[in-house]
Amino acid sequence: MPYLAVVARHQAPFFSNVTSSQPFHSFIESGNVRTGNAESMTDKTNTGPSSNASDSTPQWRLEDEQNATLMVLSGIWQAKTGAIPVFPKDGLPKTPGGHLSFQTSGVQAWDTGLIAFLWDLKRVAHDAGISLDMQTLPGPMRQLLELLPEAPDDPVHHKAPRTPFLEAVGRHSIASMTEVGVVSELAALTAKGAVQTILRRSRMRLSDLLANTCDAGPNALLIVGIVNFLIGAILAFVGAVELQKFAAGVYVASLVGIAMVREMAAVMTAIIMAGRTGGAYAARISTMQGNEEIDALNVFGIQPSTYLILPAVLSLIITMPFLYLYGCLIGMLGGFVVSISMLDITAAGYFHQTVTSFGIGQFIFGFVKSIVFGAFIGLTSCRIGLKAGRSAADVGIAATRAVVVGIVGVIAIDAIFAVIADVLGI
Amino acid sequence: MPDQTVLSLRDVTLSFGPKIIQKNISLDVRKGSIFAVMGGSGCGKSTLLKSMIGLLRPSVGEYHVGNENYWAGTDAHRTDLNHRFGVLFQSGALWSSMTIGENIALPLQMFTDLKPPVIRRLVELKLGFVGMLQAIDLYPSEISGGMRKRAGLARALALDPDILFFDEPSAGLDPITSARLDDLILNLRDGLGATIVIVSHELSSLFHIADDGIFLDAKTKIPIAHGSPRDLRDTCTDPQVHAFMHRERDDEEGNT
Repeated sequence: MPYLAVVARHQAPFFSNVTSSQPFHSFIESGNVRTGNAESMTDKTNTGPSSNASDSTPQWRLEDEQNATLMVLSGIWQAKTGAIPVFPKDGLPKTPGGHLSFQTSGVQAWDTGLIAFLWDLKRVAHDAGISLDMQTLPGPMRQLLELLPEAPDDPVHHKAPRTPFLEAVGRHSIASMTEVGVVSELAALTAKGAVQTILRRSRMRLSDLLANTCDAGPNALLIVGIVNFLIGAILAFVGAVELQKFAAGVYVASLVGIAMVREMAAVMTAIIMAGRTGGAYAARISTMQGNEEIDALNVFGIQPSTYLILPAVLSLIITMPFLYLYGCLIGMLGGFVVSISMLDITAAGYFHQTVTSFGIGQFIFGFVKSIVFGAFIGLTSCRIGLKAGRSAADVGIAATRAVVVGIVGVIAIDAIFAVIADVLGI
Repeated sequence: MPDQTVLSLRDVTLSFGPKIIQKNISLDVRKGSIFAVMGGSGCGKSTLLKSMIGLLRPSVGEYHVGNENYWAGTDAHRTDLNHRFGVLFQSGALWSSMTIGENIALPLQMFTDLKPPVIRRLVELKLGFVGMLQAIDLYPSEISGGMRKRAGLARALALDPDILFFDEPSAGLDPITSARLDDLILNLRDGLGATIVIVSHELSSLFHIADDGIFLDAKTKIPIAHGSPRDLRDTCTDPQVHAFMHRERDDEEGNT
């Protein structure tokens, strides 16, 4: 048998340099010799090793022997070089029962790149019905090659089938409607949880509510204050420029007061809370989802709607009205600072004009709005968190979506309120 | 050269702030060996592994990778040395927003100039080694824990490292899967010629695969024994080590 002592220099792959090069073994044999290297993976017949390639290029050739084929490998077979050839699918003649042995003494250095090539060969040989003489491979190569399947299973694909446009629109609409239903159901469950908590039949931990309220309330004071102060100041600037033309500078106080109380304080505070607290709720719940924490709650029979969502929603419902009142005050303060410094108004005049400009009805209107905003932000962000997938990216998506839905929703609800107010004449 | 030292720690102390985890750790990992880090829960096994892969700087002591002083160089130098490392984290630590294939392809894309088809071929190869080829286009959340471990192993092999670190490779796996993983680790060691550092308290698998090791004590916070798990089981007289090794042996005898 033409077995040769097979010694491949085995080195730490990828990071090793070739320390020595072995002489290139040349075989002059009769019969067909197929060669391949990085440059040409052709089926051309050749009678010897291609002489134009340098010793270090990975090269292979097939030589016919009496009753077997010999695969002669030489050069540096390292994946890093990117020069590892592919064994052609029709590289072996279909001769069931044939044998293929290896001669690897020309291999100077190798890593898994060589195994990739041998794996190609193994698969082609399997299809051609040729058995590989694994004993002719050095131990390490053999062990790695034996790990690899001859006929790999088809990978599991999960490509979403392309849906036609109309169908996609339909699906989307149905999904949106379903979502509305799901959120409503969640709201109902949460409300039920609240009732049960009051009746002492279900549990919401007070400490959770306290922690959530602390986060949604006191901790948000600074940012809510800054934003509302600036909004009040901006309104005063815009109003002052126009109203001064009519010598009606004192009405800046009414403008700022009414705008803050009716719209701006509630909407701006809600937008801040959607970005800050809503995003946090969604991220927290989706992370819990990824950690199977929600599953653990369910198994214990602890309703996520009572345990998680109720404190979240309730804390926003509690804090939002207070933040709204605080926002109104700070906004008016912003307007006051600008007016005093820009206009010819006394502090008492500004104060008097402010308190006479709006009635308690307007306050109640803003108050109710802020409660609705709080409930909306809490519910949607929790729902988005519960619906999220389980990967790290999904947490980010859920947080972003909660913020976007929160802000858009708040503005849309505000518009609805405006229409209602118009009809009712508030 | 069978006795070539690949990794060596000299009088290393590991601590988080003032809290000392382990002190006076000295060890040598020989090229091509499977080195076990053993010890009870909370003794600092994983912390030691963390410091060996560059995530925690020892407060005292020297760490050499090959002939290089690991912590003496720059960050960039450490990154280069890290490319010799492949790490299998305890729960796989696959990047969950990528498919298994993309997980393995990422290091190749970042650190080599290989073309996408070549990378794909190497990815398939690495997955083929661990028998996970069919899962190449699946996301980590869609496969089981054992598969995630094997995929993590395939990712550790992505850059053809010559030093592999395994953190509890068989934790949470059934005995058959765990035994297969042991065989796979042996095959990879023999096939790739890699050196393997393994953190585990799975005694049956340690006896099977490890040929050197260190035993860390949680109470005194120092290593109390060196040697292969088999030798420690048979010859070590330290009561701590004996208890650790013996308890399991009793169990095995009781079961069989």
